Parts: sequence; C-alpha cells; structure tokens
Amino acid sequence: MEHYNMNLTLKVWRQKNADAQGKFETYPVSGISSEMSFLEMFDVLNERLINEGKEPIAFDHDCREGICGACSMHINGRAHGPWAGTTTCQLHMRAFKDGDTLTVEPWRAGSFPVVKDLTVDRGAFDRIIEAGGYVSVNTGNAQDANNILIPKDDADAAFAAAACIGCGACVAACKNSSAMLFVSAKVSQLALLPQGQPEKKSRALNMIAQMDKEGFGSCTNTGACEAECPKEISLTNIARLNREYISAGMTYEK
Amino acid sequence: MLNSKIPAGSLDKKWEDYKGHCKLVNPANKRNMEVIIVGTGLAGASAAASLGELGYKVKAFCFQDSPRRAHSIAAQGGINAAKNYQNDGDSVFRLFYDTVKGGDYRAREANVHRLAEVSGNIIDQCVAQGVPFAREYGGLLSNRSFGGTQVQRTFYAAGQTGQQLLLGAYSALERQVALGNVTMYNRHEMLDIVVIDGKARGIIARDLITGKLERHFGHAVLLASGGYGNVFYLSTNAMGSNVTAAWKATRKGAFFGNPCYTQIHPTCIPVSGDHQSKLTLMSESLRNDGRIWVPKKQNDTRKPSDIPEDERDYYLERRYPAFGNLVPRDVASRAAKERCDAGYGVGSSKQAVYLDFAFNMDRYGRIEASKRQLSNPSADEIRKLGKEVVAEKYGNLFDMYAKITGENPYEVPMRIYPAVHYTMGGLWVDYELMTTVTGLYALGEANFSDHGANRLGASALMQGLADGYFVIPYTLGNYLAGEIGTKAFSLDHPAFIEAEKNVQSTIDKMMNIKGTKSVDHFHKKLGKIMWDKCGMARNEQGLKEAITEIQALRAEFWKDVRIPGDANEFNPELEKAGRVADFLELGELMCVDALNRRESCGGHFREESQTDEGEAQRDDANFAYVSAWEYKGDSQFELHKEALEFVECKPTQRSYK
Repeated sequence: MEHYNMNLTLKVWRQKNADAQGKFETYPVSGISSEMSFLEMFDVLNERLINEGKEPIAFDHDCREGICGACSMHINGRAHGPWAGTTTCQLHMRAFKDGDTLTVEPWRAGSFPVVKDLTVDRGAFDRIIEAGGYVSVNTGNAQDANNILIPKDDADAAFAAAACIGCGACVAACKNSSAMLFVSAKVSQLALLPQGQPEKKSRALNMIAQMDKEGFGSCTNTGACEAECPKEISLTNIARLNREYISAGMTYEK
Repeated sequence: MLNSKIPAGSLDKKWEDYKGHCKLVNPANKRNMEVIIVGTGLAGASAAASLGELGYKVKAFCFQDSPRRAHSIAAQGGINAAKNYQNDGDSVFRLFYDTVKGGDYRAREANVHRLAEVSGNIIDQCVAQGVPFAREYGGLLSNRSFGGTQVQRTFYAAGQTGQQLLLGAYSALERQVALGNVTMYNRHEMLDIVVIDGKARGIIARDLITGKLERHFGHAVLLASGGYGNVFYLSTNAMGSNVTAAWKATRKGAFFGNPCYTQIHPTCIPVSGDHQSKLTLMSESLRNDGRIWVPKKQNDTRKPSDIPEDERDYYLERRYPAFGNLVPRDVASRAAKERCDAGYGVGSSKQAVYLDFAFNMDRYGRIEASKRQLSNPSADEIRKLGKEVVAEKYGNLFDMYAKITGENPYEVPMRIYPAVHYTMGGLWVDYELMTTVTGLYALGEANFSDHGANRLGASALMQGLADGYFVIPYTLGNYLAGEIGTKAFSLDHPAFIEAEKNVQSTIDKMMNIKGTKSVDHFHKKLGKIMWDKCGMARNEQGLKEAITEIQALRAEFWKDVRIPGDANEFNPELEKAGRVADFLELGELMCVDALNRRESCGGHFREESQTDEGEAQRDDANFAYVSAWEYKGDSQFELHKEALEFVECKPTQRSYK
C-alpha cells in the first residue's frame, strides 16, 4: 500500500468540564502520514499544543487495538468515523485525503455527560449491567464445564452478542440516544445460553427499567446503531430483547 | 529473611492441606472487614467479586472509566486448563511441568502446582457465568494448542478470550456492586499505600475527574494492577498500563521480584514509523496454522508469492523439529531476531519475518471439500473453503491486521516481529500472595510468582483468575482471622495525613517544574534505552550504560517536564507524568537486576551466557534464586535471594528440538 502525507483541518469540540460551555476550535495539522492511526494523529496535535504552552485535547483511549471500548469520537457526524466495524483507535489516516476537514465531537447523548473535551461519562452502562447483566453464580459453585452441552450455533450466536465492547457508539449514533443495542447484546448472550435461563425474565425487565431510568431514549428501529457499531452487533438482538421483554412482562411473577 | 511460607508435604498435597488448615473468618466478622483492591482486570475483578460474595466489604479501584476496560480485555488467544478433554495425555502434573520448564526453571514449584490444580475450576466457573467459549458441533468445549506444549489444553473464544473472561468477571463484580458488597471507584488512581504499625491499612487515591486526593481504609490491601511493559514505551500494553501502584508499594517496603524478566512476544505487527504509539499483538494461536519463514537469500526483495517453496527457510521447523512453529515465546522471538540481524528480514524495514497461512488454508480447504464430497475441486475452490475455516478461527485478528497495515493477510503472508508483551517480574509474594509488607497482597501480573523467566502462552489469564477466584479467598482469610479485633482506623490517623501530604507534595513539585518537554518526550527516550539495552539481548556494558543514561534522564525529567493545566481537574498529562516518573525509577532497577543476573534464562538473554547453538545458557549453580529487591532510597536497592528448590522438575537444558 502506498503511503502519503496530508495536511488537514480539524474542528474539535473543546469543553473545560461538565459545567462549562463548549465550542469548536479549529486546528490545522500538517505532515500526517497515511500510516498513522486516528489517535496517533491526535497525539501529534497534542504534542504540538503542549509545546505551544496550550492545553492538549482530552480524549478517552486505552488499548488502541479496538477491544477496550474506551475511545469514543464522533468524526464527521459518524460514531468512530467512516470505516465500518472499526473503533476510532483502529481507524487509520489512509481513510482521509490531503485537504480534508474533519469535525470531531464527543458522543452526544444526555445520558453520557461530557467530562472534558471529547471525554464522556458512560457510568450508565455499568449501572445497567448491575441491574441484571450477569448469571447469579458464586465462585466455587460450578459443575464440570462439559456437563453443560451447548449447540455450536447457539454458542456462536451468544459470542457474537457478547463481543460488545460497551463503547456507546450505538447510543451516539441513535437519534433517540437509545441504548437498546447495548442492552440487547447482553440480554441476548445470556438468553441464548442455558446458564442464563433461570434469570432471563427478571434480567430483561430490570435492565430495561434501569435503561429507562438513566434517560436513554426509545428504539424506533432505524438501525443506525447496527450500522455504526464497531463490533457489528446485529439488530436482531434488539428483536430478541423485545421478545424477552414482552414475554417476561406477561409471565413474570415477583 | 524471605519466608515464602510454602506448606510442608508432598507437592500435590500442599494446597489441599493448606485449605484444610488455614484460619477462617466467620460470616458476622467478615461483614466488618474492609478490603481494598486496586485494579479490576482478571485478577482484581475476580477477587473483588469472590470476596464480595464471601461478605467482605470491598472497595475496588480502577483508573479506567469502567472496570470492564482493564487491559485483560485485550488478551486474545486463550486460557490453559488441565482438563484433558482431548484425551491427549494432559494432566495437572503435565501442565505444572510444562509451566516450570517453560519458565526456564525460575518459578516456584509449589505455586505453579497450585495454579495447575485450580486451572480446571476456572473453566467451570467461567462457563457457569455464561462465558461463550468456542465449542464443537457436539456441544462440548473446543481446545487448541499454544507454544511450549504438546497437548491441546487451551480454551478460547475466537481471538477475544480475554474479553470474554473479563466480561464474566466484570459481571460478577457488578452483581456484587448491586448487592452493596463492593463499592466501585472508577477513574481513581492509587498513589500511595498507608502503612500503620508495619501493616498495610489503606491507600491514598486521586479522583481523576476532580483531582481531589482521597483516603481509604482497608484491613488489607490487594494490588492487582497489572504489569509494567510500558516502561519500554512501545509495547502491546494499553496506553494506561503502568507500574505506579506496584512501585509505590516498593517504596513502602514491598520487595520487587525479578524485575528484569520481560516477555518479548514473537508475533506482533512491526513498527511502521516514529509516530507509533503502541504495538499490536497477533495472537500466538496463529502459530497453530501459520508457518514462520524468511527467504533463504539475504536481502531478498521479491514479493513473498514470487519466492518458490525451496527458497524459503522455515527456520523454526528447521531448528526445532519437535515443537516447530509452537516453540515458547522467548525461543521464537530470539530466532526471529537472529534471522533479521543476519540480513534475512523482510518488508521495508527488514525487521520482520513472514507468518504464512497458505499451507494450512489449503489443508483445511481439502478437508472441507472432502466433507462436502466435492470431486476434483479446483485450487481456487480449495483456497476459498480453507479461507472460511481460517476466518472462523482468527477472523478478528485478520481484520485487525488488515486495518493496521492495509494488507490482506488472506492473500499475502503477515509480516511480524517481536515486541514487549508481558512482565514475569513483579512484587515478590509468598505462597499466600502476601508481599513483604504485612497485609499487602499482589495478584495476577502484578506479582512475580508463577511464570519464572518466561511465561507460556494462555497462562496469564489462568494465573489472574486463579489468584482472584481460587487462591486469595483462602489466603486472605488466613490473615484477616487475626484481624477481627482491629477496628477501622480513623482517616485522620497521622499515617493517612502524612501519606496524603507526601502525594500532594509530589504532585505540586511535578506541576511546578513548568519545563519545556512533554511527558511523552521522556517516555519515548526511556523506552529506547530499555529496548536497546535491556530488551531481547542484554550485556554487561550496555546495562551499565543504560543505568547511567536512565539516571540522567530522570534528573532531566524532574527539571524540564512540562505538564499543562491544573492538578485540580481532569488532567491526563498529569496522570501520565506520575506514571512515567515511576517508570524512570523502575527502569533503572530492571537494568540493575539484569546486570546482576549473569546467566541467560527464559526471556532474559545475557549475550555472555549462551550455548554453542545460541540458546539461553542457565547457570543453576549460581542463579537458581528469585531476586527480591528492597528499595533503600534513590538508586539504592538491596538484593535478597529466595533459593529455588526443584523436587519434581529437575532443571535441565531446556530443549524443544
């Protein structure tokens, strides 16, 4: 693959803290290599800002290999930028060309308040998991692993749902800021497996209740979440969640 | 004197006996006992969940915005367990033996045996939690092979095993948070240990959002804060992975074990330029189906597809016919370096070798064609079917490779090169995982205990979860049973005030330097010194130079680092600065340790100590010990030795031929 260098104009959301008023700042950046990752381009810009005595841009990032779910940039109106099935940290600069203008924002959702610049608070996701995203099994209680037979197709489908990295792109992409794809991924994983059966009703009801309490919007089936999900979690999980939720609502007795 | 507290009795009875005789804390007393856990990766999250379930009051801390993002999440290939589900001759003893041998006879036998004993329980526990491991069509669990073994004992979930195991532990942890047994402190960084009357009694933590320092009491403190590979700047670790918690403990009297034992992983995506911020691993599992080769001709610039079969050197298969491409990591890394140094490297940098899947894609393709009863399938059909098989096994890794390099690994061989991946060294702990500070424990990669001088693939996940789920719940009780009369200390105790004051003054000092160079500037320089002189090959002269250079760099850091912004706000540059300051001290100790150890063993390769064939030459007469270093002040470290005794695994020259 041919490498090339480019000059770009960045428009980046700057916000001092949760209470401050934010605004876009414009930064020209030059000599960016097509081999860099998107975050490495930000490293270059931040290094320059520090050398100029300015404050660098705060953004969440950690593993930089697309699995921790920390990175969370909205790039030119798309969660994690233009590449399908890709986190911001795995997006590389060969996605862009010389002279491009890139607008970079934090996730926009009331339930993910801005901490600073491009960093947001996604604590709501942890609280949704607390509401039921688990199998209630204490350490030491388990039977031999091969006593539970699970058809390969079910295991594969559960894994596909469990691949969710909890980044929040689904919420950011949704016009309603709905967290249904996130919730459905966990509910589906456990609903597809025998281990998840005993609690499947309370899980669906409680996780949805917590999701509503956190202020996430409703799902109107536009599919934006699936289109932007870096792990390509399927929309069919939402259908499964709806099924689980409705059937639990009709049959669950507390 | 170091007391490793290894129970008496035969190796296979020690843990059983320990569990039968250790002291217990009754449920009512557990409710009054507070436990602090720093780090929420596999070791920390599993410990927090298990101790919460037992009824202890747990406070867990992580610097990430959620415990689910700890770097265990990035582990790819798998987790070992001696289940012998494949009927291929595996057993607890074999897993134990492979691990001690793989560690080049520098691990403690008793710990490793315990690890092998509980390995099966881990798989049971994870499956019960709903971890979706790979399965066969009959519904049973699937296994594959990893380096340094001749059985299939590795359980996996595609190339995302760490993610699935961590999310299992995380969900167990969040369940305890909901039940009120665990309080979670996200975006908090531990900056000091509070020691009162010789016992760890709490921590000072910084709320990373507000910058406020907080005091937290615990009857015991557990560090599960991971490894220190980021001392090299470029590594496969996450950007935030750091040694700070472990280093603060070292400064408070916990000895640091075997700091020079670093694992250089053979299969990573090569460095592409100066801008590079981290390196990406390509799982060892790929060596099940990928064959490693370089051209037989030096400086061969032909495309790999233009190099005929008989002009390729499959050097691992040539040098190590018994294990072939699945030799342990230290051996594979050195062999790659040897070929590249000799001028056989490939790619534009010549610092890379090929990892080629074509052979096995065709093998799988023929099997699939046969299953489908296709007569005379074309080469293209076979390749297509084979690609599907490979995609199912390693799809996410191939996608990651393609995104980073812009090349399609289904069509052209991957280019790979060794990179820093894991640190076997860490806080010295006894059999109970307690450091030399009473009441202070270290779990998972943060301790030194189980991998000797080289860790085998798929053993880190096993150790993290063994420590958290199955070891600490017993050993911590044995200590806390003697603490049931201890009331929670006031947070205004002079030791808390003093510790907070020291942390504050370090932060103030750093903020007030207002120098001219960024934190990354110093980190990159340190990384280069470490990689060049304390990396894959080390020698006396280089290590001595490195020590001098690191001391000078550290002095420059404290004169000239520039940290923008304020200490009383969310300030990622300040976080980085604190971590790099600690790396600048640890890096020196790593070189001191490497200089002291005038033998080669596992990942520690002293050029002065090699066999005629270039293999690592151990010196058991002089170095069959754990180096435990005591911090005595700036650049002052005192060596304590824990002699290693081998009863079941008699040390021999490690051979994978």
